[in-house]
Amino acid sequence: MSGLFTPRNVMVAAVLVLLALMPVYCALTANTFLMSFFTRVLILGMAAISLNLIMGFGGMVSFGHAAYLGIGGYVFGILAKEGVTSGLIQWPAALLICGLFALAVGALSLRTRGVYFIMITLAFSQMAYYIAIALDRYGGDDGMAIQRRSQFGDLVNLNNRTFFYYLCFVLLLATVYLVWRLVNSRFGLVIQGARSNERRMRAIGFPTFRYKLVCFVIAGVICGLAGVLLANFSDFINPSAMNWIRSGDLIVMAVLGGMGTVLGPLIGAVAFLMLEEVLSRFTEFQGLILGPLLLAVALYARGGIDGILMGLRRG
Amino acid sequence: MKRYLLAACAVAALATTPALAQQKTVKIGFISSFSGPVAAIGNDMRNSFELALDHLGRKIGGLPVEVIYEDDQVKPEVGLQKTQKLIESDKVDFMVGYIWSNVLLASLKQLVDSKTVTVVANAGASQLAGELCSPYVFSTSWNNDQLPRALGTYMNQKGVKSVFQIGPNYAAGKDNLDGLMLSFKGQVAGREMTRWPDQLDFSAELSKARAAKPDAIFAFYPGGAGVQFVTQYAQSGLKGQIPLYQTFTIDELSLPRLKDLAIGVPGVSHWVNDLPNEANKKYVADYKAKFKLSPSFYGSQTYDAAMLIDAALKETKGDTANKDSLRKAMEKADFKSVRGDFKFGPNHIPIQAFYLQDVVKEGDDYRLKTVAKIVDNDQDPHVGKCKMPN
Amino acid sequence: MLYLIEQCLNGIQLGMLLFLLAAGLTLIFGIMDLVNLAHGSLYMIGAYFAATFAAATSSFITGAALAVAATLVVGMVLEVVAIRRLYGRDHLDHVLATFGLILFFNDLVRWIWGPAGMSLPLPMEMLTAVEVLPGVFYPAFRLVIIAATLVVAVLLYILVMRTRVGMLIRAGASNREMVGALGINIKLLYTLVFGLGAALAGFAGLMQAPILTVQIGMGENILLLAFVVIIIGGIGSIRGAFVAAIIVGVMDTIGRAFLPDLVRTFVSAGAGSSAGPALSSMMVYMLMAIVLVFRPEGLFPATSK
Repeated sequence: MSGLFTPRNVMVAAVLVLLALMPVYCALTANTFLMSFFTRVLILGMAAISLNLIMGFGGMVSFGHAAYLGIGGYVFGILAKEGVTSGLIQWPAALLICGLFALAVGALSLRTRGVYFIMITLAFSQMAYYIAIALDRYGGDDGMAIQRRSQFGDLVNLNNRTFFYYLCFVLLLATVYLVWRLVNSRFGLVIQGARSNERRMRAIGFPTFRYKLVCFVIAGVICGLAGVLLANFSDFINPSAMNWIRSGDLIVMAVLGGMGTVLGPLIGAVAFLMLEEVLSRFTEFQGLILGPLLLAVALYARGGIDGILMGLRRG
Repeated sequence: MKRYLLAACAVAALATTPALAQQKTVKIGFISSFSGPVAAIGNDMRNSFELALDHLGRKIGGLPVEVIYEDDQVKPEVGLQKTQKLIESDKVDFMVGYIWSNVLLASLKQLVDSKTVTVVANAGASQLAGELCSPYVFSTSWNNDQLPRALGTYMNQKGVKSVFQIGPNYAAGKDNLDGLMLSFKGQVAGREMTRWPDQLDFSAELSKARAAKPDAIFAFYPGGAGVQFVTQYAQSGLKGQIPLYQTFTIDELSLPRLKDLAIGVPGVSHWVNDLPNEANKKYVADYKAKFKLSPSFYGSQTYDAAMLIDAALKETKGDTANKDSLRKAMEKADFKSVRGDFKFGPNHIPIQAFYLQDVVKEGDDYRLKTVAKIVDNDQDPHVGKCKMPN
Repeated sequence: MLYLIEQCLNGIQLGMLLFLLAAGLTLIFGIMDLVNLAHGSLYMIGAYFAATFAAATSSFITGAALAVAATLVVGMVLEVVAIRRLYGRDHLDHVLATFGLILFFNDLVRWIWGPAGMSLPLPMEMLTAVEVLPGVFYPAFRLVIIAATLVVAVLLYILVMRTRVGMLIRAGASNREMVGALGINIKLLYTLVFGLGAALAGFAGLMQAPILTVQIGMGENILLLAFVVIIIGGIGSIRGAFVAAIIVGVMDTIGRAFLPDLVRTFVSAGAGSSAGPALSSMMVYMLMAIVLVFRPEGLFPATSK
């Protein structure tokens, strides 16, 4: 790293500072919509970062990551509907179930490679999607409105927009830190080693399957947390939260931002969601711009926005 | 550097649009479906709302008006986001629209929490009439189970002893199938619910209906799915064997596509284009003149929604800030409805008559015709569960 | 019993549609090693073309023929402009790029044809049922779908097994490098195969249009099922795609027909009618997961190692 003020670092810092100050701006201008919008960005950014842990660093391209968004949300929603309003029960329960689901999915999926892995993760998320549709008591296809957000005693009020925003922000930073620590630990090096040459890692004596499985579960749990936040934020959960198109969105965010770094997917989430929102104000036909843009990223900018910024330093 | 500028521009574009809530203009947010096979419904609603504004001299309650139309894509989560945007970003005074019960139920909390005065112009989720009723939410339509309940009464008169029910698996589908059983005295030979809105192949369900040998089939498929259902019903050869009864499946929007296939399939409605009152004659004639199409019941309800808001604003002298007086003015419903008499029940759902309608062919034209009044002053069955605050 | 036969026919008819989609997908996947999520867009475009041309020429058959030809051209142009650059890249790139193409085509169609969707009406004589066995009535047009697809399947079989192009296609599916080494114009072969796949998808789209619908996004759900079919059948195998398509089609339909009653015997009636269809959709994915775990190469692997 040559110096602290590379274009990339400046960009990352600018994004983080802007995200940190957003509520202040919103309060000054009484613009509640912008705050809602960026709360969603933070939550989906967190999901994209968790996906990138397995996809970017572990080489496990999961096409069913949105399942955890849905499962996290549903566990919270179902408990809320059944009268368990305490977040101290709801949140750990949601994370536990997401972890167990990831454990089961991972244990079966990680036997496969390449496109088969993409398809089997997709299959499991579709199963979760259809189970949610079959949950008649919890709205089936329609999903359900959640009347009360998680309760954490008197000090914490999730209905307060500013508080909720900063809660998401802090959890996002914690996620970034956790993933960063993981990636740079011995564990992370094994995962990344397995991505480039799994046979060699096994030959050296690392049980790569177990390492990858643990990594898969961690990513699922983090995404489950994002799911709990999202359902709390929208006061609503429905099966579409785990539709395969949503999984595709998460992949797009991660790749668009750049899979090589921990923060890349966050930049991708900011860019993708802002692009969608801004384009929707100028044209009805966002796909005509967004579609070719994704094609171009896939063809010419594998490193995503992050990669372009890295390139600027050299050029 | 260019990139940073671009990013800054994007942030600025997001930040500036919702600025300056204007004082003199009434802002109305309008949620409906403008894409997909149900776009015809959304267009009919938009046309009717615009026609009402024409009739009011492009003003509402004497004030200039701005309507912001948003497409819910028939998805609850999209409807919720659009509702949030209209309330928070555009800061609308009224919300109008909502075709789908599930979209409405997803968005309801936002509407209620923000105390936005809302006129639901179609969705008749039973929860809205019951436990989720709200002081600021009104309906110019009906409750989902009122139409099938009236139809069930008619089916009893026809001596139908068993029925096979088919409908989509979403809030209104369940309400409709349940609603029929509120009055129908015969047996249920079977009940099938299909995935909504993406399942359009009903072959397995129709085969099942044939095997069950019922006296009649009852179907609820609103929008484009209605065309698919009635077409497949005819294709399967069931048409000569087991008669079809329907709610919301055949309307003015699907009729031009169904033509002969729709003849002989009775239905129920609270509004038919030939209802003989002055407001309705004017609405139907002007609609046909302006849009070269026949309006549907979806449009009629939306036309009424505009007139209801207009009357209420005239009552409050254009004041939208005092929600309580606005609510009282809305509850009065002092306007001429295209369906004739109009009054609200305590849960803000209309108390109204329901008619038997039939399809007739006049020359090359197909249209719906009122046959008889089945029930008068009908009130939904959920009103008892509504605890409306004063 | 008669009822079971009728439901099996329904399942086979769905399977036929799936086969048309899956055949192109599995060829493209097997030969070019390309994950093409935008295959469903070609299915959609075929249906829109057919509705447009049929309305212009007032003939279903002429409209259908023109639509297949037009979709073939669209497919080949798409291959030359964009797809070609994706060969040899990571599958993740394919997913991203073709996901972008879905967004692009959805809005392109909306821009050209409007948001409302179209209808492709059938001639009145097709709107009846035929007595296929004593007591078993079946919609005439659905029989046409089954028959037409069987014809296409046979033609495809002859093309792949009995012609020189077919030989190259088979060779390409089992050993890409070797075909290139033999001095075959591999670029042209790839463009042709992609065009063929597109034409098959377009044909599937237009055949279902009269009973189902012509609308934006119509290819997205069925595309997933087509992927399930090619994974179960084995990537690159037309025979596998045919067998798997029928398995998936029949399983989905039989599930929809019988599961609700089965669920009803365990839980309440209301839950049965809504959980049944969901569970039958789920079964198909369960089958794919089981196949992947125990036979990762599918039932009929194309590549023999």
